[in-house]
Amino acid sequence: MPVISYIDAVTLALKEEMKRDERVFVLGEDVGVRGGVFRTTAGLHEEFGEDRVLDTPLTESAIAGVAIGAAAYGMRPVAEMQFADFIMPAFNQIVSEAAKIRYRSNGTFSAPLVIRAPYGGGVHGALYHSQSVEKLFTGVPGLKIVMPSTPYDVKGLLKAAIRDEDPVLFFEHKRCYRLIKGEVPVEDYTLPIGKADVKREGTDVTVISYGLTLHFALQAAEELDKEGISVHVLDLRTLVPLDKEAILEATAKTGKVLVIHEDNQTGGFGGEVASVIAEEAFFELDAPIKRLCGPDVPAMPYSPPLEKEFMLNKEKVTTAIRELAAF
Amino acid sequence: MSEKRHGQLGLSDEQALSMYRYMLLARKIDERMWLLNRAGKIPFVISCQGQEAIQVGSTFALDREKDWLCPYYRDLGMVLVFGQNAKDQMLSAFAKAEEPNSGGRQMPGHYGDHRYRILTGSSPVTTQVLHAVGIAYAGKLEQKDHVVLTSCGEGSSNQGDFHEACNFAGVHNLPVIFLVENNQYAISVPISKQVAGGDIYKRADGYGFPGIKVDGNDPLAVYEAMKTAVERARNGEGPTLIEAVSYRLVPHSSDDDDRSYRTRDEVDEAKKKDSLVSYREYLIAQGLLTDDVEERMNKEVAQEVDEATEYAEQAPYPETSETYTHVYAE
Amino acid sequence: MATDIKMPQLGESVTEGTIAKWLKQPGDPIAKYEPICEVATDKVNAEVPSTIDGTMTEIIAGEGETIEVGQLICRIAQAGEETAPVKEATSEEAPSAVQEDEKKDEPTMKNRYSPAVLRLSQENDIDLTQVDGTGAGGRITRKDILAVIEKGGTPTKTEASTPAPPSLKAEETIPKPVARTIESENGDEHIAVAGVRRTIAERMVQSKHEAPHAWMMVEADVTGLVELRNQHKSSFKQKEGVNLTFLPFFIKAVVDSIKEFPHLNSVWAGDQIILKKRINISIAVATEDALFVPVIHDADEKSILGLAKSVHQLAEKTRQGKLEIKDMQGGTFTVNNTGSFGSVASAPIINQPQAAILSFESIVKKPVVKDNMIAVRDMMNLCMSLDHRILDGLMAGRFLQRVKERLEAYQRDSSF
Repeated sequence: MPVISYIDAVTLALKEEMKRDERVFVLGEDVGVRGGVFRTTAGLHEEFGEDRVLDTPLTESAIAGVAIGAAAYGMRPVAEMQFADFIMPAFNQIVSEAAKIRYRSNGTFSAPLVIRAPYGGGVHGALYHSQSVEKLFTGVPGLKIVMPSTPYDVKGLLKAAIRDEDPVLFFEHKRCYRLIKGEVPVEDYTLPIGKADVKREGTDVTVISYGLTLHFALQAAEELDKEGISVHVLDLRTLVPLDKEAILEATAKTGKVLVIHEDNQTGGFGGEVASVIAEEAFFELDAPIKRLCGPDVPAMPYSPPLEKEFMLNKEKVTTAIRELAAF
Repeated sequence: MSEKRHGQLGLSDEQALSMYRYMLLARKIDERMWLLNRAGKIPFVISCQGQEAIQVGSTFALDREKDWLCPYYRDLGMVLVFGQNAKDQMLSAFAKAEEPNSGGRQMPGHYGDHRYRILTGSSPVTTQVLHAVGIAYAGKLEQKDHVVLTSCGEGSSNQGDFHEACNFAGVHNLPVIFLVENNQYAISVPISKQVAGGDIYKRADGYGFPGIKVDGNDPLAVYEAMKTAVERARNGEGPTLIEAVSYRLVPHSSDDDDRSYRTRDEVDEAKKKDSLVSYREYLIAQGLLTDDVEERMNKEVAQEVDEATEYAEQAPYPETSETYTHVYAE
Repeated sequence: MATDIKMPQLGESVTEGTIAKWLKQPGDPIAKYEPICEVATDKVNAEVPSTIDGTMTEIIAGEGETIEVGQLICRIAQAGEETAPVKEATSEEAPSAVQEDEKKDEPTMKNRYSPAVLRLSQENDIDLTQVDGTGAGGRITRKDILAVIEKGGTPTKTEASTPAPPSLKAEETIPKPVARTIESENGDEHIAVAGVRRTIAERMVQSKHEAPHAWMMVEADVTGLVELRNQHKSSFKQKEGVNLTFLPFFIKAVVDSIKEFPHLNSVWAGDQIILKKRINISIAVATEDALFVPVIHDADEKSILGLAKSVHQLAEKTRQGKLEIKDMQGGTFTVNNTGSFGSVASAPIINQPQAAILSFESIVKKPVVKDNMIAVRDMMNLCMSLDHRILDGLMAGRFLQRVKERLEAYQRDSSF
């Protein structure tokens, strides 16, 4: 099985789906000739032509709105927001339109589109190239939200997202793009949207995370194993629909839960995970549910020491797990 | 109006009469809804009154078998021409289960009907113009030759989405017709405080496609402008912006009181130019709308509206379990 | 010592770069910002400039080699640099010894049990006092319990051998209000106290607890009123669409009398008594399972007809569960129509913070002495509870007397 990077898994999934289904097309800023500013659509323009790999004007609302129209008509558009930070101008189209089309038309119309957006920091991107925006959408029923952490999950979930009958926000952590590599089968496969994945079995502390921070948890688990602390790691992979069963199961493994995400704490998705556990697994709990998140500041600063302070890392995660293990 | 204008435009006598009938039906449905609202039977009305000529004139130039509509909340005349009927409207007004737009989920005026290629719409204005561009682009990918008509008010034409849509369609030369129904008021704010320069059609220049201004009280003028636009679109020549000027004869909605921002004199003056009056006179002058024909038409329309009201009022509401359906594909 | 040159981050998301070509070799002089090598990444190809003036001393990464961002690629000796190596500052601080001491001050967690520990101990009949905790502050962890269970769950309750030491802490001796233990028998139905029921319960307790209730009763002869009503009952219904009941007459009599005795229309506000200007009459409306007291605002501005309509409207709203907040607020005096369910005397609880509540009881035919003769008359009791902080018996009695007089003044042919 070939080992490829997270970003190559994105490109591969797009390419395979465009080959499989003529209705699939990608649109966004610089996705065509340039192949995307991160190179996620590299080679697609050459292979599928400019109509199916569409360079749009610099207009995020139009990227979403046009994709919604095409999807409602019957196409399978994959829209790219160049950075998740720039999804804001498209917020109305995503929240008022994509999320509600099926519901408001009593099921007679739908908007089966995918909106891909690179998110997250640690890349010297400063305030407007580093944000995690998932919490702005997790409370909007009608949307599905996928946030994979490994190349294998990227390919399987992006293909599933493109085939899904509903609008999917597919958030890719840009620090993972070239940092995370892994085995990815060459064959066609999809992974179910709405299923979490146990990335490591353990008995002392359960970590629930997704995206880049999931890797910090795995690294911390590796180190803590030497200290005799056994860490169970659950990768949510999909925030909506949420795999509650997997969360409850992972909670029951240890009774001590640490939820980690880069998005800031207040109103962040960790609160939802903690609520599920508090409501449905109270008698499994052996310690308060803990959250380790980005700080509650407007966004990530540019200056390296400030960025480092904002970002989570293996050390911060290790400390948090160690504290919870000692409780 | 000069004689046989409709004939010169390629409209048969029957079509010319049929246009009037749709305008009349739209007006009568609308008027009935106000009565029902004031009687406390339906919670909300948003009106087409004063814009029937634009809505009917424009859609008559489209192919009702393959073209698409992305209308806005006043376009009762359009959806009637495309296939919806009085019963559909009344079911929507009463928010009954059978209502075709949304199964009773949306307010009246939020059209959407897959049967007739009318895309579902929402309340935040102008989002639909981008969807129209998307449908046009999908047609280009699939090598279909459908044309998409999208409409909005002159207030909505100031939204960013309007600019983004015109620009996108212009860049990619897409078969979209942007119809701005300029009824001179966005709720209470008049055109002078809404549109810099006063003309919306001129903006088309900046997008590199034609902009046309027409008398929105004249269905034949609207038809003529649309016919040209449709031909252009169908031939791959790209979008057209049409600004059709009329007047909103009633308050913004059943929750609005227009006496606080415009004079009765102004409204009375506008009523003299009401398309239902002038187009009726034209048809009489053409000898098409004889007393007999008119009497029969009035009777039929009244009966349609009566029956629709009766039916809708008796029709069942959605089951409460419907609150939870169609969130995601089932 | 030469300066380490590291692989720069050439673009967001880039984590590594490949040395395409070295533009300088060891020994070459290098000016600041002069390119030293070409690097290729996924995103860009770029020349990497030197950050100092000096001489290339050593190339670490060969051409074609892929190097992680931040890793050493070459060394450059700074111009005029001394050869003596500068000792690098140690970046990692030694772990502080303070941490250990801090732990000693932690409060004991021995007797704090997590939900999981309690559940497991109960399910497996484990005496937690017999388990050693390995968690923070000696807390028994879930793992500790699981270990006990694994071993066969030995430490069990040994009540006989270890009686609980009766060493109560001071604060524990103060009795606390506890939920009463009521014996429940088979077939008893348990109804949770919630919502309106709970509100009623709390407000009644509060009123009885705070306001010293005094009570008085007068009897009124309402024969004339009964005749008047009988006379107009059906025509009123036909004309106005609502029933003509006695309640509007009661309210009218109360409102008119309040005007003479404004203290009855006041509220207790701790350090002062507030005489309310508006006369808003609360009326008690019962539903099957709850009691509501919606308010007729400005009742003094209404006629009998107006009051009848207000009563009807509020009763309807109550029954349909459509009362709004505004319907419930601002009451200044409560009228209670207890007669409607057959009561002949009652001791109502004051609707706080009002000053008084007046119950109108059943109208019953009774033999009474009138003009020294026995006559059969329609009689009714008026029962009033008053907040003795605000009102005394004298004023309350006079008020009640006026209400009585007003009701007795109605005759068969009175107009209203």
